Amino acid sequence: MPKINDVGTWLDIGPATQIDPGTARTIPVQGGDEIAVFHTMRGEFYALVNKCPHKQGPLSEGIIHGDSVSCPLHNWRISLRSGEAQGDDVGCTPTIPMKVDGGRLFLLREAVIPAPKAA
Amino acid sequence: MNVTVAQDRIEATGAPSRGRKLVVIGNGMAGCRAVEEILARDGTRFDVTIFGAEPRVNYNRIMLSPVLAGEKTFEEIVINGQDWYDDNEIQLISGDPVVGIDRAQKHVVTRSGRIENYDTLLIATGSDPFIIPVPGKDLDGVFTFRDLDDVDKMLAAAEMGGSAVVIGGGLLGLEAAHGLSLRGMDVTVIHLMPTLMERQLDEAAGYLLKAELESRGQTILTSANTKEIVGKDGKVSAVLLEDGTEVPADIVVMAAGIRPSTGLAKEAGLDVERGILVDDHMVTSDPDVLAVGECVQHRGLCYGLVAPLWEMCRSLADYATDSPTGYGGSVTSTKLKVSGIDLFSAGDFSGGDDAEDIVLRDASRGVYKRVVVKDNRIVGAVLYGDTADGNWYFDLLRKQEDVSDIREALIFGQAFASGGAALDPSAAVASLSEDAEICGCNGVSKGQVVACIDGGAHSLDAVRSTCKASASCGSCTGLVESLLALTLGADAVDSGPKTMCKCTSFTHDDVRGLIVEKELKVIPQVMQELHWTTPDGCSSCRPALNYYLLCAWPGEYVDDEKSRFVNERLHANIQKDGTYSVVPRMWGGVTSPKELRAIADVVEKYEARMVKVTGGQRLDIFGIRKEDLPHVWGDLNAAGMVSGHAYGKALRTVKTCVGSEWCRFGTQDSTGLGIQIEKMTWGSYMPHKFKIAVSGCPRNCAEATIKDFGVVCVDSGYELHVGGNGGIHVRATDLLCKVETEKEAMDVCAGFIQLYREDARYLERTAPWVERKGLDWLKAALFEDPQTVKTLAARFRYSQKFWQDDPWEKRAGGHNEKLHQHLAEVRPLALEKA
Ligand SMILES: Cc1cc2nc3c(=O)[nH]c(=O)nc-3n(C[C@H](O)[C@H](O)[C@H](O)COP(=O)(O)OP(=O)(O)OC[C@H]3O[C@@H](n4cnc5c(N)ncnc54)[C@H](O)[C@@H]3O)c2cc1C
Ligand code: SF4
Ligand code: FES
Repeated sequence: MPKINDVGTWLDIGPATQIDPGTARTIPVQGGDEIAVFHTMRGEFYALVNKCPHKQGPLSEGIIHGDSVSCPLHNWRISLRSGEAQGDDVGCTPTIPMKVDGGRLFLLREAVIPAPKAA
Repeated sequence: MNVTVAQDRIEATGAPSRGRKLVVIGNGMAGCRAVEEILARDGTRFDVTIFGAEPRVNYNRIMLSPVLAGEKTFEEIVINGQDWYDDNEIQLISGDPVVGIDRAQKHVVTRSGRIENYDTLLIATGSDPFIIPVPGKDLDGVFTFRDLDDVDKMLAAAEMGGSAVVIGGGLLGLEAAHGLSLRGMDVTVIHLMPTLMERQLDEAAGYLLKAELESRGQTILTSANTKEIVGKDGKVSAVLLEDGTEVPADIVVMAAGIRPSTGLAKEAGLDVERGILVDDHMVTSDPDVLAVGECVQHRGLCYGLVAPLWEMCRSLADYATDSPTGYGGSVTSTKLKVSGIDLFSAGDFSGGDDAEDIVLRDASRGVYKRVVVKDNRIVGAVLYGDTADGNWYFDLLRKQEDVSDIREALIFGQAFASGGAALDPSAAVASLSEDAEICGCNGVSKGQVVACIDGGAHSLDAVRSTCKASASCGSCTGLVESLLALTLGADAVDSGPKTMCKCTSFTHDDVRGLIVEKELKVIPQVMQELHWTTPDGCSSCRPALNYYLLCAWPGEYVDDEKSRFVNERLHANIQKDGTYSVVPRMWGGVTSPKELRAIADVVEKYEARMVKVTGGQRLDIFGIRKEDLPHVWGDLNAAGMVSGHAYGKALRTVKTCVGSEWCRFGTQDSTGLGIQIEKMTWGSYMPHKFKIAVSGCPRNCAEATIKDFGVVCVDSGYELHVGGNGGIHVRATDLLCKVETEKEAMDVCAGFIQLYREDARYLERTAPWVERKGLDWLKAALFEDPQTVKTLAARFRYSQKFWQDDPWEKRAGGHNEKLHQHLAEVRPLALEKA
């Protein structure tokens, strides 16, 4: 498992092929929120904090359809693009900007890593 | 690289100078097109020299596919023959690649040592095929597909017949596969992703394409990762996949992608990321050096198709002739050049929050169309089977035209959408003549449908059962609904039984019936044939379809994990804090010191937070992390324990009492029978969770009368009960029948389960199912014909052959490891130092 200590703007989190379409994988962040990276059936990638706005369900384990994921705990549907709960539910999960470049996945560093506390 | 080469220099002479000197590196599609565009604007401005690595004139690279397929010759694909160079006084130096650029001296050097000065340099080196770095990639017989030499080599190899493996199921790979298969080779395509051309097509279209290619005799292996190219005597003999499969191969074609060819530019110190960086006028970081084509990166994007290059070349020529316009990036569209396959894809079809998918599936014509609309504008389109309107959609897309006026009819294509009165589909239906055909499958006309509605059929279902319109493939459902609304007024229409979900107009029962009737075998096929209105379903239809297919085609259907709820994907129960609980099977509720010890060890070793006896007489271990699950299972497996399926829509437990072996009231061996039943039924997936119990006498200590299937032993035999439920709505069982032997009890159990599996709707437990169908129906269905129980039981046992294996064993052995591992870990520097 790669350990990441990149200091640039983008964090390289490994090859895109490590996430099969229709599935998600997780990235724990020391001192921060775990991140879920989703690969939709149509081949798009999204990253969200891995917590459902309802009761913190692990979104990474939900069923992914279109560009949303259904939370495994109580079936809220969360948009992978905006992190917003869909339908009648209200709530939002923070999204993490990401990009795919040269077959690798990158997360926006500043959105992932908690601001260091002044020493 | 040192540009002053040691060998003898050949000083260029060239024709008398007309003006500034333009040197082009790359005699390909973009390089020559740029020159053409410049000449068209101003034929006297430049003195042009073009260098080409290939020993030939400028040809149409796209047409290499038809050349490989034998549909065209090289002569037919030449764009500019030698006379074009001569007429325009262009010096072509082919077969002698440029090996260095000296920006300070403003000249280029070729491999043979030739030096050419420039005022303006244009780099158009295209791209290089990406060779996946596997062992054996350099063996004899491994080809790429980029230029005419590659095609010649493939053709020579194909002469010998044999088998070809194409690595890569994208545009290029499929065209190579098509060509080689027309040349008589046995072709296998190996594709890393689960669907073909995943960058251009969605799952549905990818599925149709795969089916078509397979029907033409190609073998398509998706989700297949190449591990090694195996050789014999230095020559290719097979391709070995990650999963151990070996595919024999006389030749291997690598078509796994391309990389902008940036080596020269990099060495010359130009700014390069993935491609050579250019601005909107195709100027690189050096104002005297331009670049165009596949080798450049413009506004973050590199293109691999020709259409954008044409736009780049126009902007470049405008700039080079002092009337800069600027290039703003391109939207691309793709077509597959495989004869007989119509496929079109453009723009972004990945949808979005405020984007809306319009999907049309016409199974009888083999057509799939999807148009994505956002803010009343088309943002993407995928067409399969009928691409006639591709250009029209693409045009609307590029011009960003407002389509709100034609929105309703958009998916039917230009002819329909632009047809004045036909704009409103219900108006279109209203204007149809009486004898216009509505339902093609059953040959029902508009007049007949209307007569049937007038005769009292006031719902879709009623119409279906009366005149059969829309009762088969269902593609005319929308038309029938419009007719209902037109005839009765929109409010008078009964909505009828609920559809399976918002993705379809069919009910659960329809879908189940049609899966069997039409022999539908995979989820994308069901969605296509039954006209799903979403590209990949939703979280309610996907698990249901997965179950229906698994039940209908035992031994054949490959389970679709991504359509399963997390519990069934990870074979453990997700709990509110995101950890899991694990329940090993204890046959009939009986355990042993060894099993108890194994469980106790697991609890300590993985720091489980609680062990609890479940209502079904099993032990539930709580608080296991996703990462630890495989190890937990490994340890339990080692003690001989298998999964209790306590997480699944599946047979859970068989609860027993101690019966005649110990109890003073016991009439039969309830424990022994419970164990036998559990051994027969474990591992079977069901529409919902399923519980069984066996009590040794009517005192019913195992609570058999609130189970899905209950056995109450009596002196004279066994009373069999069904449809009980201890959940929210407590329901006591109905007595189904009484039998005399254990064997009969087991058969009825298997027969009942199979009937439930084949008939009930997904997520319908036996209690509501029995109530909905009625006990009389159930008894008749099982016992009217004395053979029925036997055939149902046989079907159940057959399907058990495939499902009765322990899902934990595979996982503990490393299968699907990824699901349990994090992708990566982030440890911020600041925190680490602290
Ligand atoms: C088989 C095949 C089928 C395709 N089908 C389609 C299709 O259907 N639709 C579509 O839009 N696109 C298609 N493409 C892609 C299309 O051909 C390319 O996008 C296009 O050719 C790129 O143009 P270019 O000028 O940038 O590169 P190229 O056409 O590759 O030209 C680059 C040229 O530079 C030369 N060169 C490289 N380095 C040097 C050097 N150092 N010195 C001198 N010369 C050098 C190369 O030999 C080459 O001739 C296909 C490509 C292939 C290979
Ligand atoms: S159900 Fe009857 S046989 Fe079984 S334990 Fe109770 S009393 Fe004994
Ligand atoms: S926690 Fe996600 S729906 Fe309740």
